[in-house]
Amino acid sequence: MQAGAALLVVVGVLLGIAALAVALARRPRAYRIVYAASLAASLAGFAIALTALLSNAASFVVLPLGLPWVGARFAVDALSAFFLAVVNLGGAAASLYGLGYGRHEEAQHRVLPFYPAFLAGMNLVVLAADAFTFLLSWEFMSLASWALVLAHHREAENRRAATVYLVMASFGTMALLLAFGLMAGAGGDYSFAAIRAAERAPLAASLALVLALLGAGSKAGLVPLHVWLPLAHPAAPSHVSALMSGVMTKVAVYGFIRIVFDLVGEPAWWAALVLIALGGISAVLGILHALMERDLKRLLAFSTIENIGIVFACLGLALAFRANAMEWAAALALTAALFHVFNHALFKSLLFFGAGAVLTATGSRDMERLGGLIHRMPATALFFLVGALAISALPPLNGFISEWLAFQAILQSPALDGWGLKIAVPALGGMLALAAALAAACFVRAFGVAFLGRPRAPEAAEAKEVDRFSLAAMAGLALICLLAGILPGFVIDALAPVTRLAVSGAMPIQAELPWLSIVPITEGRSSYNGLLVFLFIAISGFGSAAVIHRFASRRLRRAPAWDCGFPVPAAATQYSAGGFAQPFRRIFGATLFAARDEVTMPPPGDMRPARLVTIIHDPIWERAYVPLAGAVDRLAGSLNRLQFLTIRRYLTLVFLFLVALLLVLALWT
Amino acid sequence: MILDIAVQGAQMVLVLALAPLLTGFVRKVKARLTRRQGPSLIQPYRDLARLMRKDAVVAEGASWLFRAAPYIVFAATWVAAALVPTFAAGLVFSWSADLIAIIALLGTARFFLALAGMDIGTAFGGIGSSREMMISSFAEPAMMLTMFALALVAGSTQLATVSSVLATPEVGLRVSLAMALIALVIVALAEHARIPVDNPATHLELTMVHEAMVLEYSGRHLAMIELAAMLKLVLYISLIACVFVPWGIAPSGAGLGAFAAGALLWLVKLAAGGFLLGLFETSIAKMRVFRVPDFLGVALMLGLLGTLLLFVSRSL
Repeated sequence: MQAGAALLVVVGVLLGIAALAVALARRPRAYRIVYAASLAASLAGFAIALTALLSNAASFVVLPLGLPWVGARFAVDALSAFFLAVVNLGGAAASLYGLGYGRHEEAQHRVLPFYPAFLAGMNLVVLAADAFTFLLSWEFMSLASWALVLAHHREAENRRAATVYLVMASFGTMALLLAFGLMAGAGGDYSFAAIRAAERAPLAASLALVLALLGAGSKAGLVPLHVWLPLAHPAAPSHVSALMSGVMTKVAVYGFIRIVFDLVGEPAWWAALVLIALGGISAVLGILHALMERDLKRLLAFSTIENIGIVFACLGLALAFRANAMEWAAALALTAALFHVFNHALFKSLLFFGAGAVLTATGSRDMERLGGLIHRMPATALFFLVGALAISALPPLNGFISEWLAFQAILQSPALDGWGLKIAVPALGGMLALAAALAAACFVRAFGVAFLGRPRAPEAAEAKEVDRFSLAAMAGLALICLLAGILPGFVIDALAPVTRLAVSGAMPIQAELPWLSIVPITEGRSSYNGLLVFLFIAISGFGSAAVIHRFASRRLRRAPAWDCGFPVPAAATQYSAGGFAQPFRRIFGATLFAARDEVTMPPPGDMRPARLVTIIHDPIWERAYVPLAGAVDRLAGSLNRLQFLTIRRYLTLVFLFLVALLLVLALWT
Repeated sequence: MILDIAVQGAQMVLVLALAPLLTGFVRKVKARLTRRQGPSLIQPYRDLARLMRKDAVVAEGASWLFRAAPYIVFAATWVAAALVPTFAAGLVFSWSADLIAIIALLGTARFFLALAGMDIGTAFGGIGSSREMMISSFAEPAMMLTMFALALVAGSTQLATVSSVLATPEVGLRVSLAMALIALVIVALAEHARIPVDNPATHLELTMVHEAMVLEYSGRHLAMIELAAMLKLVLYISLIACVFVPWGIAPSGAGLGAFAAGALLWLVKLAAGGFLLGLFETSIAKMRVFRVPDFLGVALMLGLLGTLLLFVSRSL
């Protein structure tokens, strides 16, 4: 069977599970059936997509669904096969995690039916091969995830998150709708094949590009369209948070690549510049927000903005290279972007699973109430550490590889034309390096405060390790993170058909190189060998430990902490999450977020404790969204008068509007 | 092939064996410049040997991470130091990690050290970790931009290639390289916890960074961390030397004579670097901690300017 048809069967099965879940949802054990079936379907989908990617087989299916004379077209090519593999891998991991985590879910009937529907929606978006099916699937995916965000609707915070999410998702879909309308033109053939073949005016192409950026960027969380993301992603149950942050943002990236690299044709010269600027700004702002955050899941959501920024910046580089006919460099930049898409899906899911495990074990996402979990939850701590290392772009894990490829792409760009790019690309290099260093700080803080030190609250002191399904999901993702970091050549080779499709170039074949190194261009320019670096570190680490234990000393004494001679037993004397972030708040936050620390010191003799309040503003929310919402409110208020007119006036209005419309039509032609 | 592996092995052993000597030398220079006698040159070896033989005293709340971190820090630093060309360029494994990977390996070491600082749950460890990450969040991008400038001049991120290209007379004097040199020196001072950013000789002081982080360590664990810090000093001086004074480094396949000459010259470079470091440290006062971002910001700007100049013109 063709890959497209087989994947549609998987989608059908997922929708069937959703229907089944509606019937079963009130039963206490229903979650097992739903997650086990979703796991099987996702694994099947992953296998099919991976086979399609490796064999580079394209397939095309038309189903007689939807509008009667249009039908629904579905297709699988290398690009969609790669993203389908990412979606289903993430879905499989989340389902496995759900098998254990589902037991703790109180609102089963609000999660179970929507979960498989959400998975099906994401698959459908990537499978769609005409604008109508694409938009319908996109909206289906958005609504299913919106329902999951609202699963715990009794908390006011979650209701607010869901409202903001709904508004932003509608805005994004509207932008995409207009983009497709512009691309299809007046002819009205909405299939991707027709859009690809059509000729369009440069203005229409540019406008379509901007609209695609608004639509996909708002779903992916690109600054300044990111405001809903740190609200909505943490509000959902943890495995859904993992899917939304790790996978759904990737579906948005897919939509953007499909439109900009495949459908719209050669984009305007400034497109690359816009992408590079927005990507760099997203990376830095996202990670700075994460660094100041004390809610573990919100921290992870903010860090998603950073990673999406890296992906979009690499896409911008790829566009710039393609416009300059440097296919090999465009392939390098696009490979960096896609590798990062793959990596982020892995480690962000892993980290959200870890945060979910902490949440079930302690009941808290607030880092100031955690601590010392490495003793109580050793396996979760180890897997979270792997994810933290990977997301901080440290060798020998996978996050470093995509970062390294991105830097290699930046180093190829002095040959690009245009002064804007000549100034923007070095700045992007600096911003990406800054974001990577800040990410390391952010995840030292996250792991150090939550898992190391002493428990800051009784719940953390009595935490228990989570169930084996959750651990298995985390272990699997951590293992893939390590393998992709040690053997990156195989991933790069698998991406070659995708880059050939999108930028008509590919990186050199990596699997044949000696010692499994990776070489982006030629060996004289740069090379990296994850396997050897990993082996060197392992051998010298274990070797030095063995030598010292054998020849010097292996005795160990436990004693109270030294702490310069004044150890204080109270756990509150530890460095807190807020304290760790203080230097960053002072250096970066004072200007960017108008951050202030307010200390209220009681007068001498007063026994009340001193208080420190940290105030952080989000300038984008306050300067752009709040005024915008106010303006919409005022406009709606003044339009409200239209509701109370007499029939005569309504008829006059209708008549005037009709005349105006006819005039416009007459002037247009 | 056997000779290549022997040279690589010799480099690994040499950087490790010479690291304490260099630290001892810098301490001696600083002592003599302040008219003190100072401890003998081989005092760091004695310190390390004594630390390794002692019992390791570990705080009661310490996890496995606390005990594993010194070895990880040491291993990552050693691997990074072994891949920098010191006396010979064409090391057999030099292609397995380029400049960017060497910086990132040091990042891995720092990540674990900062985590270890937070493991016991003391205020000193936390303050050290927080400040170390704050300093590195400036130093690492500055270092990366400097590397971009070097890589753009040489057309490669392989350190051996960069070094051999910069040794050719065609490169000449360039503005971008001068900026890169200043930036790299600033970064090296900050990353190695030297005055004016941090004070390696201080203890029990709230301004300290590195020493606060490793306050709870003792015995063999402390020895590994100290050794890693000494290796880092060799690494930075060798790195600056192999890029900005690349002469005398034996090319791959050279005879034993060339290797010996290269090794001798490398010793001279290390000594010169160590002397300049001691001189600089005695002639300047330590900054307060929130001045450090300004200091490192200079490095960041110079690195960015150098890279920008090379984007504008390949000959600047």
